Amino acid sequence: MKLKGKALRLPVNDNVNTDYVISGRYKFKITDPKELAKYIFEDIAPNFYSRIKKGDFIVAGENFGCGSSREQAPQTIKAAGVSAVIAKGYARIFYRNSFNIGLALIECDTDSIEDGDLLEVDIKDGTLINKTKNVKLFTNPIPPVMRKLLDDGGVIRHFKKHGGFKF
Amino acid sequence: MGKGKTIAEKIFSRHAGRQVKAGDIAICNVDFCFGQDGTSSIIIDSFKKLGNAKPFNKKKFYMVIDHSAPSPNMAVSKIHQKMRNFARETGVGMYDIGEGVCHQLIPEEGQVVCGDLVLGADSHTCTYGAINVLSTGVGSTDLAITLASGKNWFRVPETVKIIVNGKIPKGVYSKDIILHIIGLFGANGCTYKSVEFYGEAIESLSVDARLTISNMAVEMGAKSGLMKADKKVLSWVKKHSKRHPRPIKADNDANYIEVTKLDISKLSPQVACPHTVDNVKSVKKLKDIKIDQAFLGTCTNGRLEDLRIAASIIRNRKIHKDVKFIIAPASKKIYLDAIREGLVNTFVTNGCTVLSPGCGPCVGTHCGVPADNEIVISTANRNFKGRMGNPSSFIYLASPATVAASALTGKITDPRKYL
Ligand code: SF4
Repeated sequence: MKLKGKALRLPVNDNVNTDYVISGRYKFKITDPKELAKYIFEDIAPNFYSRIKKGDFIVAGENFGCGSSREQAPQTIKAAGVSAVIAKGYARIFYRNSFNIGLALIECDTDSIEDGDLLEVDIKDGTLINKTKNVKLFTNPIPPVMRKLLDDGGVIRHFKKHGGFKF
Repeated sequence: MGKGKTIAEKIFSRHAGRQVKAGDIAICNVDFCFGQDGTSSIIIDSFKKLGNAKPFNKKKFYMVIDHSAPSPNMAVSKIHQKMRNFARETGVGMYDIGEGVCHQLIPEEGQVVCGDLVLGADSHTCTYGAINVLSTGVGSTDLAITLASGKNWFRVPETVKIIVNGKIPKGVYSKDIILHIIGLFGANGCTYKSVEFYGEAIESLSVDARLTISNMAVEMGAKSGLMKADKKVLSWVKKHSKRHPRPIKADNDANYIEVTKLDISKLSPQVACPHTVDNVKSVKKLKDIKIDQAFLGTCTNGRLEDLRIAASIIRNRKIHKDVKFIIAPASKKIYLDAIREGLVNTFVTNGCTVLSPGCGPCVGTHCGVPADNEIVISTANRNFKGRMGNPSSFIYLASPATVAASALTGKITDPRKYL
């Protein structure tokens, strides 16, 4: 699976928590992910939604998605048209939630990626090419369990297809 | 390298039906699972998507209405109604408005006992680690899978051992200890890992005070914050549950990825400053920070002994005229005990606003959203920008004593002179 889009940077780099992804103010009021997407990152980057073009990547530093277990966080990212998050590392609940709903998370050193850079990611072989800078970045391979969930289209489809977990 | 096992490795081995160690992927049986009103709507949707699914055990799944309870608006009312209907249709358990915060109710109601493996669709599920339960937060879809099958998959975590030694000084509480630890480790310090807390300081604490420490393990990224089942824990669990506890001890030669020893005999009251939980400073360093609101409550510090500490500080004193002091007992039982002990009387007489049991303003849905530029001192576990409903406000986190003392003076205050 090849993904192509531009890098979107946030004003916060490390420890972007799920309250920042989608505020508790909205997640209790709005249940439609497409509607929630309009408020994505609102507390740290107002109007962020208008910057997203389908297929773009969110690029961040360490411990992305820490804090609350809200599944609305990866749901909102996915519904906003983002194809994958690229960060140095992820908090564990967010990590599971994302693959469970079929949102890919790429782990790599993101320091050299700037806002607006055009990126190409191959989920299969783990290559990440920064087209703007013309450099290839090393990514950590997606663990087999997560790959399986992603390939099956999320945990619900995985569970139905195999009648349980099959790793 | 030791051959022995950590608490997490043993609990996962027990529930996987085979011996597993850190790094292994294990499919495990889960003893109890739950969701709250911020996560249950998606649990129900995901559960229905599984097609023809039935709850694996009606008594082992509960939904708790605590995050916005009672409902502040129509949209939330609709979610609550959906939860009630689902409980009626399927016969699963439900704690409705006024019962309390999930993480207080679940151990208090005796739903979980030592040695259990528990999943909650809420990140602070790690709270029950204090009573020797491996409990951890997951998202709604993960929870729906467990609701349908009684199982889930886990990556067995590495374990960090934290030994807290020293006699706890006057005016310092379990909240100060865990804030200090989070300050040292950082928000990312224990990501994907299990933490085991030991040491004479931990042993000297009541079980209620220990719950505060395990509650905040997730603020450094941990999957669980475990403690051993000593006499205090066993008698606490026996008092609250009819179920038989099956405590788990780590082996002496267990493998730890990191061992940290702390001496807290000289620790001062600690405060987490905006906008991250690991931005921790001694209260002594915070001079002249005026506050507009104080909040006492939540799954971190809304227990009876927390209310007692606060009441003892404000009794016969006056809340500062510019401070709104909001108090939410963590459960109905605590609320009733506080009424019986006269604590509620002290609070209300002295100008505090006491809310019904629940999360209160912790997550910004209702009942105490700060205005722009307002400063709040709170006993909660998170101070992220916007957490209490307004991204232009500032949240400081501290112990019930520090919060109560600050409510008296109108600025962040060392509680020791009021004790
Ligand atoms: S009190 Fe706050 S942290 Fe605890 S469960 Fe409720 S919203 Fe979450």
